[in-house]
Amino acid sequence: MPQTRAPGSTEDPAMTAAFEARIAAGESIEPKDWMPERYRRQLVRMMSQHAHSEVVGMLPEANWITRAPSLRRKVGLLAKVQDEAGHGLYIYCGAETLGVDRAELVQQLLDGRAKYSSIFNYPTLSWADIGVIGWLVDGAAIVNQTVLAKASYGPYARAMIRICKEENFHKRQGYEIVSTLAAGTPAQKAMVQDAVNRWWWPSLMMFGPSDTESPNSAELLRWKVKRKSNDELRQRFVNLTVPQAIAVALTLPDPALRHDEATDAWISGPIDWDEFHEVVRGNGPCNRERLQARRAAHDEGTWVREAASAYAARQRAKQATAAA
Amino acid sequence: MTGTMTNADREAAEQVRDLPGGDWPLWEVFTQSGQGAPHEHAGSLHAADAEQALQNARDVYARRGGVISLWVVPSGAITASSPGESGPFFDPGADKAYRHPQFYKVPRGVRGL
Repeated sequence: MPQTRAPGSTEDPAMTAAFEARIAAGESIEPKDWMPERYRRQLVRMMSQHAHSEVVGMLPEANWITRAPSLRRKVGLLAKVQDEAGHGLYIYCGAETLGVDRAELVQQLLDGRAKYSSIFNYPTLSWADIGVIGWLVDGAAIVNQTVLAKASYGPYARAMIRICKEENFHKRQGYEIVSTLAAGTPAQKAMVQDAVNRWWWPSLMMFGPSDTESPNSAELLRWKVKRKSNDELRQRFVNLTVPQAIAVALTLPDPALRHDEATDAWISGPIDWDEFHEVVRGNGPCNRERLQARRAAHDEGTWVREAASAYAARQRAKQATAAA
Repeated sequence: MTGTMTNADREAAEQVRDLPGGDWPLWEVFTQSGQGAPHEHAGSLHAADAEQALQNARDVYARRGGVISLWVVPSGAITASSPGESGPFFDPGADKAYRHPQFYKVPRGVRGL
């Protein structure tokens, strides 16, 4: 029996056993159900990081809204960035069912105490990056989230189902940009190939460290928060994506990439985990810039929040006067 | 922009922000997807008042159409059954086979019952 209780925990082992039996039976855990403190904490950590990632993920793309090359591209990108805001909201609300306060989670992000997906600490240098982000980054997120839609915690799973439905458009709008550029002038093709070269490895890193190196994986798998390991999901993404690259005559920056006939799988070369850990530690190309932008957006929105509160208070006062 | 706010407004805004939770109150959102369909729980959101909650619910939960009606309810106004007591609480409904049509015998050959 693996050790699940935090040191000094006063949780009743019988309650923990009953909880684990429910998980094993495939039941959904709902907010008011008893759960081990460790399960609750793991979910708060995972869901808040996920919500922060949706919010910070708006920044690299918002960078290109005013420079979108056509109205079709602009409305698509605007809708996608708006979706990311909505997805952040779904997951923050899901996290709040675990007894944490959204304002506190947002504060942790602004203070630099919270983590978010390291992919968003890479810069968007050209328009082609917007296409490649939709194709690769959203593509990787969908692989991950499709499995999270079966997570044992009900509110998380329901948020994921909603998000997965919406994100398919993100991937397709990205791939449309990529395939258009790939079939364009030599300069356009070079631009999109350059973007693929820069985003491929960070996209593979989105699935997190290898299972043997991932400190949280075993517990999350046992509690069915995660249903597949990081490496399994990464492999699924590679298998889906390589043929999509071949279809538009783009190459992936991995000289070791090969097709394994026996398993019909695409096997990629080794990942540079030093780079991953550097970016997670805060030393990626844009870590500081992203947080600065998020803080500025929060500060600049202060008057909107204050005005809405004041308006609501005034309406309440009017109603109270009318009723008196 | 804050220049247009009166002192009373500012005070009121402070009060709202000082509510427990340090944020706007939480609202539960219910959406109806078609004529005659029930309203179903879609999720929740924070808003300063019911009007803003409705507008935010439209933007968050009905961005792609497919919704013809929205309800927003203050989360605190919902009383829910307790999972710990769900066994005894729902038990009275579990053993009443005579509330189902299969409980009753119909003579062979009789149709339309």
